[in-house]
Amino acid sequence: MSKPKKPLQPWEEELVKVRKAAKRRRTWSLTKRGFGTLFAAFFAILFLMPIVLTITNSFMSSSEISSNYGMVFATTSSGGKVYISEKVNLKFIPDMVSFSQYVTVLFKSPEYLLKFWNSVILVGPIVVFQLTVATLASYGFARYRGKIREIIFFLYIILMLMPYQVTLVPNYLVSDWLNILDTRWAIWLPGIFSPFAVFLLTKFMRRIPVSLVEAAQIDGAGEWQIFAKVCFPLCKGAIASAAILVFIDYWNMVEQPLILLADAEMHPLSVFLSKINAGEIGLAFAVATIYMVPGLLVFLYGEEYLVDGITYQGGVKG
Amino acid sequence: MKKFKRKNPHTALGKRIKRVKRSSGLFIAPSFLGVMTFFVIPFMVIIYYAMVDNPISREFVFLDNFKNIIGNAAFRTAVSNTVKFAAMSVPLAVVLSLLLAILLESKIPFKSQFRTFFLTPMMVPVASVVLIWQVLFHYNGVANDMLAMFGGGPIDWFKSYLGRVVLTILFLWKNLGYNMILFMAALSSIPKDILEVARMESASALQTFFHIKIRYLSSTILFVTIMSLINSFKVFREIYLLTGDYPVDSIYMLQTFMNNTFQRLDYQKLSSAAVLMSIAMVIIIGLLFIVENYFGKDVEG
Repeated sequence: MSKPKKPLQPWEEELVKVRKAAKRRRTWSLTKRGFGTLFAAFFAILFLMPIVLTITNSFMSSSEISSNYGMVFATTSSGGKVYISEKVNLKFIPDMVSFSQYVTVLFKSPEYLLKFWNSVILVGPIVVFQLTVATLASYGFARYRGKIREIIFFLYIILMLMPYQVTLVPNYLVSDWLNILDTRWAIWLPGIFSPFAVFLLTKFMRRIPVSLVEAAQIDGAGEWQIFAKVCFPLCKGAIASAAILVFIDYWNMVEQPLILLADAEMHPLSVFLSKINAGEIGLAFAVATIYMVPGLLVFLYGEEYLVDGITYQGGVKG
Repeated sequence: MKKFKRKNPHTALGKRIKRVKRSSGLFIAPSFLGVMTFFVIPFMVIIYYAMVDNPISREFVFLDNFKNIIGNAAFRTAVSNTVKFAAMSVPLAVVLSLLLAILLESKIPFKSQFRTFFLTPMMVPVASVVLIWQVLFHYNGVANDMLAMFGGGPIDWFKSYLGRVVLTILFLWKNLGYNMILFMAALSSIPKDILEVARMESASALQTFFHIKIRYLSSTILFVTIMSLINSFKVFREIYLLTGDYPVDSIYMLQTFMNNTFQRLDYQKLSSAAVLMSIAMVIIIGLLFIVENYFGKDVEG
């Protein structure tokens, strides 16, 4: 006869229960973490795949490209007799790594570099001057909040929320009046005065403690000095954030050049890329990769600024 | 003593405020002049153009242009497609990005790497990935190959009613990361003590989420909704780069309509469409603000 089990004390029972519950919770939380990680990894792959594919495909030779994708591009555009495969053959890794596409793009056909340069020359001044104008204006908006200024600021927000298709109509009209249609000024000027950066920087400037400004004022600083010596240095991070957001938006521009620049010679690469014809499809991947490099570089070095910039926009911090 | 106090500081203060007002106003001047010249004044002119019969004779017709454009079949298709697209993609963009944000707030490894990965599409120009989208969604493309594996027939994605679905995918791909960052910031700013109390009261994760977090997130949800709505208009880039000027009916959006009207330079059509669009945007955003005010007012401060 076995010895009857000694009944557990009430406190022991409690302890067992608690331990079991703790164990269950731990397993549960581990499973949750496991699933969470898997889920995140799945999304990460989905998000990165198109980018990685574009980059790896840019290292294929042009015959490999046309045998893989000839089918797709032969039907979307005219011209160029290429060998066409029956099916699309999506490959991550090229059969043979080849830099021939890059050599062609960089040295043999200058038109792509020209379009790249168009992009640079359209976007560069917009980023620099939009931020200059906006930093000044945001100081004005943050320094004093009167009724008129609040109304103007509200107007800016409304403008910022309008889609390009609405703002392009007034832009077109003014460019017509000023006779700058079909010149780069038609893209530059509306871009420089676009209210986006003002909105972002004002949100940031308003968080600068008033006491700092007042201290400078008591020390006899004028408005310009307060701006240049106190507020501007504090805003450098926010300006970098705004610059990244402005840059990426304009680097991506399609709407404005289509309407404001009739001359396709001046179009940026973002518009030109879709017009590459079937015969040069091999080049397209290399050009696409080159085109995404500036954005990715900015991202690599400025991810924190970008994240901060988006956060200021949301206004949670301000 | 009293007299002195009343007399001097007040006028001095008044003067100082006036000076600050004037000199800091100068900082706004360049931006303000630019915005007036390039956006506000021409927009007024556009409202005027929308109400005259043509820019030369300028006969006042009031609402006729609006009636014409509302009667225009292309415009109606465009509006209905834009609305359908936004109604499908904006809620998805909000919900999915909130899910991703919650996922990255939980205890999983490699959080910062995941954040980077989710954010990368935002930094890649549309034009660069359009090639891959074509490879994936072409009639002989990869998406159809996969469908065939499950026994589905091939679909001509960009030429069918499913074009909108594909565009939604492309839109989400590009915008989820941005929205996610906004939500992550909002989630981390929820006061910790309140969450602590909820835990001590043994509230379940779902209860905490729906009764506490959502309340604190409401203003961010509003902002994300507005930004997604605005970004949903930028899907024109994908449409144009993938299908050109005249896409199939199901993805013929307002933006395409505007772009094509620009080619013909019909000022009446353009300006009345632009005016209608801006009114619609203001109404939608205003409504969103009202809704947010209603739900989020009790957590203010």
